[in-house]
Amino acid sequence: MAVAESDFSLASRRRPRWSRHRVASAASPYGLLAPALVVLGVVLGYPLYLIARLSFEKYGLFELIRHKGRWIGLDNYTAIIHDSQFWHVLLRTVGFTAVNVSLTMVLGTAIALLLVRVSTVVRYMLTAALVFVWATPVVVAVDVWRWLVDPQFGLANWLLTKLHVGNFVHHDWFVNPWSGFGVITAVVVWGAIPFVAITVFAGLSQVPAELIEAAQIDGARAWNVFREVTLPLLKPIFVILVSLSIIWDFQVFNQIWIMLDQRPSADYYLMSVYSFVESFRISEYGLGSAIAVVMVLIMFGFTFVYVRQMVKAGEVR
Amino acid sequence: MSSATPIAPTPVAAVVRQGPSARRRLGLLGWNAAGIAVFVVMVFPVYWMVSTAFKTGPNIFSYSPKWLPVPATLANFGDAIHRQYFWQNVRNSLIVVGVVVVLSLTLAFLAALALAKFKFYGRRAFIVLIIAVQMVPLNALIIPLYITLSRAHQVNKLSGVIITYMTFVLPFTIWTLRGFILGVPRELEEAAMVDGTTRFGAFVRVLLPLVAPGLVATSIFAFIQAWNEYIMAYVLLSSPEKQTLTVWLASFTTNRGTAWGPLMAGATLTALPVVGFFLLVQRRIAFGLTAGAVRG
Repeated sequence: MAVAESDFSLASRRRPRWSRHRVASAASPYGLLAPALVVLGVVLGYPLYLIARLSFEKYGLFELIRHKGRWIGLDNYTAIIHDSQFWHVLLRTVGFTAVNVSLTMVLGTAIALLLVRVSTVVRYMLTAALVFVWATPVVVAVDVWRWLVDPQFGLANWLLTKLHVGNFVHHDWFVNPWSGFGVITAVVVWGAIPFVAITVFAGLSQVPAELIEAAQIDGARAWNVFREVTLPLLKPIFVILVSLSIIWDFQVFNQIWIMLDQRPSADYYLMSVYSFVESFRISEYGLGSAIAVVMVLIMFGFTFVYVRQMVKAGEVR
Repeated sequence: MSSATPIAPTPVAAVVRQGPSARRRLGLLGWNAAGIAVFVVMVFPVYWMVSTAFKTGPNIFSYSPKWLPVPATLANFGDAIHRQYFWQNVRNSLIVVGVVVVLSLTLAFLAALALAKFKFYGRRAFIVLIIAVQMVPLNALIIPLYITLSRAHQVNKLSGVIITYMTFVLPFTIWTLRGFILGVPRELEEAAMVDGTTRFGAFVRVLLPLVAPGLVATSIFAFIQAWNEYIMAYVLLSSPEKQTLTVWLASFTTNRGTAWGPLMAGATLTALPVVGFFLLVQRRIAFGLTAGAVRG
């Protein structure tokens, strides 16, 4: 408030009729914030409250029609804890996230380092390609990859057969969940690399060249320069990128849902898919909510790391 | 390498000058080869989509792939846009996206002004909240949103989808717009006010023109987010004439298989506006996303 007041005092001295009181009340920050706050309360605050409440309720088709759930306390959570499938899904999701985040970060950083070393034309080409991939809608990307691994006419099978990796004629990648998740990982990582690569490249270009040169003159090898000079300087960026990637990969849904034609088998359930199926396929909205709440709570930890880094980096001023 | 904007490549001289020695030049050659390899891998799926879209049926369904769409045909695009509900779904997408962008930009601009231009109790908490809620998975929110909307009889209506899209577009737009407003030096406005302009006058004549590019960039990004959204529309819109384009894309796969040619044409058409707009604003946003993150 103090800042706003002092701003006004200058103006109001010149124009006494433009009453200071009126301006201050009209432009008061709370007034400006109010409409957005109300909408956020309705579209985010209330749903968050509701999902917490739903997780303590029996909410099936009957309740959906009556518009009223039945309070059952912790029953949904007990059901989950004793459900071996839940633990499988949780473990699978953690593994999936770990693999995808690692691949995204390593490949993204490698491409960023490559961008620094290539000549200008190649850099332009590569940046353009990254931006194109970045811009491709997930739904579209999944369909393209689905086409690439099509059992009959997909390019992947033809190529692997030609390269004598094995006989991939009519090979269906999704029969075996491991190779199926391989394809899904490819889609996710392919789509996530551009953001990481371009962000790290932007960070690299802000690392003072003198520091790197000094290290090189001291005889440090490329890897050591990266580890001892570049990495510590870029640590804030990496913390943000890793936590964002974890948050994004932990909730992967579209890639699986569309890739497997909107009816993935249980082998392909990740947390988000499991919660969705429980709710919208089996109509156990209470159970689905409980799973979703667990998911939100797990992600909350990583959100905390992310937000703290943003505050530290001075983004929250 | 010094003062260039992050994404803008450095001038040629910087790279070429350092390479009189044969070893250096050989190294550069190696890096370039690797760069081109990565380029090919990254860009290939996009190329394959577009080239399939232009191929004739026999060339798509061929056991040895045809690398080029020769002879080229527009038949797949014709098939895609003459599909039932295509134009209706385009219209739906445009309505949803249009309303979401206008609504969220208006609300976000007011809120961003408050966050960037005033100091008040609860400001930091609000900013932290705005960042944090963007991390809440949409998949978790869809359950309560669906139940609430079904109580309010807003299921299978575009209005319901518009409301749910605010959950992820609004926080994001507030956050980015705030960054753009912060980017305008306070001194400029103060100078205008010293010259006798009112605070409102300074706002209209100084702040608004300077923030305008940021407003455009943010609305384009809001457009992209809303245009790409799938899961909410998929759950909320059950009748085919009410659906949006991303849901429409699923209609190419039936029990009898997938119509790959038309699907790739449809996918290209769906991606086209997004990619076009994205290219316009990517640099601006990517910079805003991490600006300051490396300062330490």
